Amino acid sequence: MAKTLPKTDVVIIGVGWSGGIIAAELTKAGLNVVGLERGKDRKTEDYFMVHDELRYALRYEMMQDLSKETITFRSNEGIRALPMRSYGSFLLGDGLGGSGVHWNGQTYRFLPYDFQIRSKTIEKYGKNKIPAEMTIQDWGITYDELEPYYDKFEQMAGISGEPNPLGGARSNPYPTPPMKKSPALQLFEDAAKRMKLNPYMMPAANLSEGYTNPDGISRAACQYCGYCERFGCEYGAKADPVVTVIPVANKTGKFQIRTHSNVRRILHKGGKATGVMYTDVTTGEDIVQPADIVVVTSYVFNNVRLLLLSELGERYNPETGKGVVGKNYAYQVIKGSAAGFFEKQQFNTYAGAGSLGVTLDDYNGDNFDHSDLKFIHGGAIALSQTGSRPIQNNPVPSGTATWGKEFKAKSLHYAYRTLGVGGQGASMSFKHHFLDLDPTYKDAFGDPLMRVTFDFEEQDRELGVYLAARSAEIMKEMGADHVDYLKEIGPYEIVNYQSTHNTGGVIMGAEPSTSAVNTYCQMWDADNVFVVGASSFPQNAGYNPTATVGALAYRTAEGILKYREKGGLLV
Amino acid sequence: MDSTGSKKKPNREAEDGSVATMEQPTANPAGPLTYEQEAKNNSRRKFLKTTGYTLGTLALGGALSSLIGCTNNSEEPTPTGEPGKGEEEKAQPRNYNRALMFLTQEQFRIVESATERIFPEDENGPGAKTLGVAYFIDHQLAGEWGFNGRDYMQAPFYVGEKEQGYQGRLKRREIIEIGIKELNNYSLTQYQKSFPELVAEDQDEVLKAFESDAVQLTTISASSFFKMLRTNTLEGAYSDPLYGGNLDMNGWRMRGYPGNQMSYTAAIDKDYTKMDPISLQDHMAH
Repeated sequence: MAKTLPKTDVVIIGVGWSGGIIAAELTKAGLNVVGLERGKDRKTEDYFMVHDELRYALRYEMMQDLSKETITFRSNEGIRALPMRSYGSFLLGDGLGGSGVHWNGQTYRFLPYDFQIRSKTIEKYGKNKIPAEMTIQDWGITYDELEPYYDKFEQMAGISGEPNPLGGARSNPYPTPPMKKSPALQLFEDAAKRMKLNPYMMPAANLSEGYTNPDGISRAACQYCGYCERFGCEYGAKADPVVTVIPVANKTGKFQIRTHSNVRRILHKGGKATGVMYTDVTTGEDIVQPADIVVVTSYVFNNVRLLLLSELGERYNPETGKGVVGKNYAYQVIKGSAAGFFEKQQFNTYAGAGSLGVTLDDYNGDNFDHSDLKFIHGGAIALSQTGSRPIQNNPVPSGTATWGKEFKAKSLHYAYRTLGVGGQGASMSFKHHFLDLDPTYKDAFGDPLMRVTFDFEEQDRELGVYLAARSAEIMKEMGADHVDYLKEIGPYEIVNYQSTHNTGGVIMGAEPSTSAVNTYCQMWDADNVFVVGASSFPQNAGYNPTATVGALAYRTAEGILKYREKGGLLV
Repeated sequence: MDSTGSKKKPNREAEDGSVATMEQPTANPAGPLTYEQEAKNNSRRKFLKTTGYTLGTLALGGALSSLIGCTNNSEEPTPTGEPGKGEEEKAQPRNYNRALMFLTQEQFRIVESATERIFPEDENGPGAKTLGVAYFIDHQLAGEWGFNGRDYMQAPFYVGEKEQGYQGRLKRREIIEIGIKELNNYSLTQYQKSFPELVAEDQDEVLKAFESDAVQLTTISASSFFKMLRTNTLEGAYSDPLYGGNLDMNGWRMRGYPGNQMSYTAAIDKDYTKMDPISLQDHMAH
């Protein structure tokens, strides 16, 4: 018999960006909030020893322990899904702040096109442009409607940047100026301008200068130490939930965080949640936390998995296309990139920051004509200087031996003579790309693992090759002596790291037949359950997802306060 | 043990050899700083003083307040050597890290000679052997990583598609043990010599046969074993010296990598600037 605790106004499952933002907003408004976090506590002081590539980048210090829980993967329904036994394609965050701690901080707003992709594609190219199996849909919300929430996220996090010449309208400038421009960034910018493209400094959560946000939280400037992605920030310069929103929630006295608390079921009755059941992983005790409102803010996979395990919402059926929970899993086509080798110039690429870069959107969204192309959308192309840490960065020109004397000499020679330009390709949703519960493999508690069914389609292969070719053109214009770029992206595989931009499964939309949540991330089937995160994306854009996740979290917080007053579905 | 047990050299000799390498203080090619000076220069206090890392009157949370806290109430870092003595006379401390936690000495020699072929000593600087890569690998295999402690190792095990990644039941330490034994067996079969005794060219041929799966093994994939060894070699050459490789940061020096500096704010908008590396030890609060 599980122990039952006193009821709280709101229980939050997973305290990362979404959970932290919602906790801050709700507790400021006077609600009592319990945050259940299955990982451990994290704080800036943890990172004095953080400049350790082996421990953090290669042994995955910040990531979920896969021995306890992983996902299973198959390329299609015809083969048996097998567990991701060790990390590869993407990394699952763990602990307070979640993936919001080990991110790079690249904080893009999606394009207005992204939110209305289906209708805009049909309007311009006709119905046949969208393949029958492609299940992209409009979000049910426009860029303009979401803009104020983007602004809120940027002001809170102190985003450093300059306006995107091809982006949507902004109500406010970025709160801090762009990051410093390294010679490599300058080279890219100059080349792009000569090519009549529209480069701009990458919007960064690394913080270009000291900043105090509207909540009164002060942070110091980035030191360009080159240890961002997969690492925590020892300065608290990089915006993460632990140094921004969580202290705000804590200060109200109305936020109670319980770490090592792994939520396993959302309890519900008659279309309403009554609370959650979680296991205290330090004692193994099962505990019930009753609540008026349940907010699901864990990572994409666990958001979907919790709903399926709790039998909340209609499970997606890939045969019929009916049902919504698990539908439209999408990813990122990250392979469209080019490497340039420079004989006459060395760059200080040992230094850097997670979102130090220059980007252009000329090949993103529908900013270029797709009439004669076999794909829709595109991706942001950027040169970023995130810090060339020596174990993982040993590029050599094609044709070089991969070990031995020649490799050693060349890898040393090119250590600071190599730059990369890469596209972050959008990922469209397909009927047969989905998430469901694995029939065989279980987690440490005996619950089924999340099963991922996904592969690259012709859309992705065409898009990836296109972005690689554009990246190579820019690299040539930059003056590289030798340029290597991808000619074929191959099937999706789970072995090599690509991107931790997994999306979908609890998607947002205008109506319950095609979506699990409305534009306040409120479940159509249980109006006191809010499921927030990149799980809401009906398909993925050609950018990093975090700013959009943050914007949705602010909008959800507003929705929850409205719901608290009036009840019922908000849309 | 079977045919892998060829022992031409007494163990003692090999041990002495490696100890000698590591006891020789490696000259610092990039600058004459002693460890003591380096530690002082790179202390957090110095960093805070020289970078003007302040926000005026802003209240600061997080690491910075602790940084200040840690430097306010502490002495300058004390180096491991005896204080007051000059660089020349200072006794070099023995490196007690140079011993084996998992591998046998015979296995160790095979790993050492194989990784040296992957990352050989040349005119640019030290190779895997001098950098201590084999010690690094031994130490890694002894710990969580060797046991796949944070990997999902639950049954059932099925042969999967290559897109699905490793699906075997063997742990890394088992794969490496089998791999080095097979490396030696193959050398004995092809050349009638153990792997460490082969001339460099023949060692390369053996490694190529593994890399290309020309050697067919029943228990493990020869190419996956080779790939793991190659990755481990780069890890051992370039990870923090804390882990037993990258001896005296000479892997970093050879590459021009500055290790883990506190700040590049002054360098980020400049051309490539060489600086002497610092290690995690320099970040220890004293």
